[in-house]
Amino acid sequence: MTSQSQHFSEMMGQDSVRTPYVDYEAWFSRQDTARLSRKAKDAEAFFRRTGITFNVYGQTDAEERLIPFDLVPRILTAAEWAKLSRGIDQRVRAVNAFLHDIYNRQDILRAGIIPVELIQNNDAFLPQMIGFSPPGDVYTHIVGTDIVCTGEGEFYVLEDNARTPSGVSYMLENRETMLQMFPELFSKIKVQPVSDYPKNLRRSLAACAPASCEGRPTVAVLTPGIHNSAYYEHSFLADQMGVELVEGHDLRIVDGKIAMRTTEGHKVIDVIYRRIDDEYLDPLTFNPDSLLGVPGIMDVYRAGNITIANAPGTGVADDKAIYCYMPEIVEFYTGERAILKNVQTFRCSEADSLKYVLDNLADLVVKEVHGSGGYGMLVGPAASKQEIEDFRAKLKARPSNYIAQPTLSLSTVPIFTDAGLAPRHVDLRPFALVSPQGVHITPGGLTRVALKEGSLVVNSSQGGGTKDTWVLED
Amino acid sequence: MLGKTAGGLYWMFRGLERAENNARLIEAGFRIALTRSTNTETEWKSVIITSAAQQGFTAKHSEFSSTNVIDYMLRDTDNPSSVLSVVKQARDNARLVRTALTTEVWSAVNETWMVITELLKNPVPDTDLPEVLSIIRQQSALVRGALHGTMLRNDIYDFCRLGTFIERMDSTARIIDVKYYTLLPSPSLVGSRMDNVQWETLLRSVSAHRSYRWAVEEEYTATNIANFLVLDRRMPRSLAYCAGQIVENLDYLSEEYGDRRPSRDMAEHMNARLKGRDIHSIIEEGLHDVLGTIISDVAALGAQIEKDYRFIH
Repeated sequence: MTSQSQHFSEMMGQDSVRTPYVDYEAWFSRQDTARLSRKAKDAEAFFRRTGITFNVYGQTDAEERLIPFDLVPRILTAAEWAKLSRGIDQRVRAVNAFLHDIYNRQDILRAGIIPVELIQNNDAFLPQMIGFSPPGDVYTHIVGTDIVCTGEGEFYVLEDNARTPSGVSYMLENRETMLQMFPELFSKIKVQPVSDYPKNLRRSLAACAPASCEGRPTVAVLTPGIHNSAYYEHSFLADQMGVELVEGHDLRIVDGKIAMRTTEGHKVIDVIYRRIDDEYLDPLTFNPDSLLGVPGIMDVYRAGNITIANAPGTGVADDKAIYCYMPEIVEFYTGERAILKNVQTFRCSEADSLKYVLDNLADLVVKEVHGSGGYGMLVGPAASKQEIEDFRAKLKARPSNYIAQPTLSLSTVPIFTDAGLAPRHVDLRPFALVSPQGVHITPGGLTRVALKEGSLVVNSSQGGGTKDTWVLED
Repeated sequence: MLGKTAGGLYWMFRGLERAENNARLIEAGFRIALTRSTNTETEWKSVIITSAAQQGFTAKHSEFSSTNVIDYMLRDTDNPSSVLSVVKQARDNARLVRTALTTEVWSAVNETWMVITELLKNPVPDTDLPEVLSIIRQQSALVRGALHGTMLRNDIYDFCRLGTFIERMDSTARIIDVKYYTLLPSPSLVGSRMDNVQWETLLRSVSAHRSYRWAVEEEYTATNIANFLVLDRRMPRSLAYCAGQIVENLDYLSEEYGDRRPSRDMAEHMNARLKGRDIHSIIEEGLHDVLGTIISDVAALGAQIEKDYRFIH
């Protein structure tokens, strides 16, 4: 396999296989392609039978879909991982400190590092959280930082995902599947295990129990229900942790605490790992039409009788407008330079940046500050002249609504096709757990891969797949 | 355990039991249709009545033809008791209670749903019917096997079993009730060919035509068949057997939770009605009336279990 493209191939170096892939490549070259094809089909049948599927929103009766799994692992050396995990650890600590500050003293605003308007006009900023410190001062119990690689040791953080990152069940199931399919690989190549994640998650959540909790904390996972696209993951995590999977209507307030209805009466919950968004959490405080949440849970929370993970209002830290200040945020709270790079970001609210962006629209990606899911954005290199001109008008009308970034040359890792290996673009989402005892990051994470040739879109809703991610033992 | 989980387990197994019972009813009806050239309509109508689906069926169809009935009972998603509906519902419940199930049980239910959805995608032609029905029964057996072989014998298991036996007891009572008149001692009919076929259908509807011969006798007689289906505790679909199992499972729950809830007494009361009874006295009392009481007792017991173990509130 040769990579003709100008993109960095994580497997193939300039003229030889890169170090992390040497052993794997040696194994792969001895494999019978027909056998691998069969294995790939077996894996798909296994995923279906196990119900590792996701629902597509707005299509309740539609077929449940599988996220395609590719059998070529994405491999990192222990040294690459050491740098990455140090960077994530630093960033996660900074995000937590930032959230605590923003909802309390607001030193960073007073120091003039972040403009006050960015916080004031931010929908994800919850006034209900002002002056309140969650148990253990932990806001982001679970973080899934999105990272891309553009060259040897060149890692960039794309997003901090401080709300309720998903995908960790795929990280775990992908490894299980690989162990089932290719046990011989794991005896040849020493890969750092990921299977402790559920145990660590439970431990980490329990360590954040409120002071009012006596004895062993009771943890529960709160799901919107079986029609949610990530329901499989919710049930998987509850099952693996050995805790109850609850919905809003299983819960009520009993003596000022949150309790779940069991066959033996109501039982108090100390820590709730919620997989529903802030706005649905409490109809009395947020969206009054929500049937998914628990009326009054915010009062219980503020009284210190329940831990909500992640804390409400963490979204203010993973906003695109805040993102571009992350290097400053890291430095402000940790006193260190940021280990992981941010993608260069032009704030169109600033005159110099705006001028640069307007002059270079054809080469940039321009995004709405509060937008998500790829809406309202311009991908310069892929846009027509007319589209660029239309966007120019919008940008001039409301510059502060936009940021711009250069298009990144994402690395590739090969996928297995019937015609052999073929390079595809990837990203990486490692998962970090935060508790008063520290930050714990599972080695590896979820690698998402754009299955279409040349595509940069790795989202599962748009034809992306996943890979097992290996961090080699030292 | 969450009340919702207990409810999900209970309904999941009611659904699976119902799918299997429907398959049996259709099989028995289909056999009659094959062996008799005329008047199969009565037979198919009784299938619909037995599964308490008359209202829904007549809203859509005017004729109790085999095609209509088979399709309504197997595939029609407007029919909440069709095999396709109950299997989907059982699988949804299984997803709801996923954390309470072993991987084996979950995979078995999920596979059952995948197999049956595929199997019933299109109308089932008569030529394929026997195979389709047999696959439905096999899938149901697969789930049951996984349950017996891999689940802890705790409250989770008890709720699964309660769902199974409440559904089965209701179903057996309805099957006997719909055909109870064939069991009435009526001198003019005894020994006639039609009588025998009716009785055989009745036994086939609960997969008991073979076991009856082994356990009772080779001749079909009204009282012996009634006794076998109502009172014989060796017969796993008889009313007495189901009642005994329900009491047993509620006993385990009482033991595990260290209390005794109203459903436990209701079940014992129901069981006592059948225990030590003589089939002649039941027939004398009026089989139809006795079955009517049992059907409403089972429904009330189901509602009480739901309440006692906080399925909903």
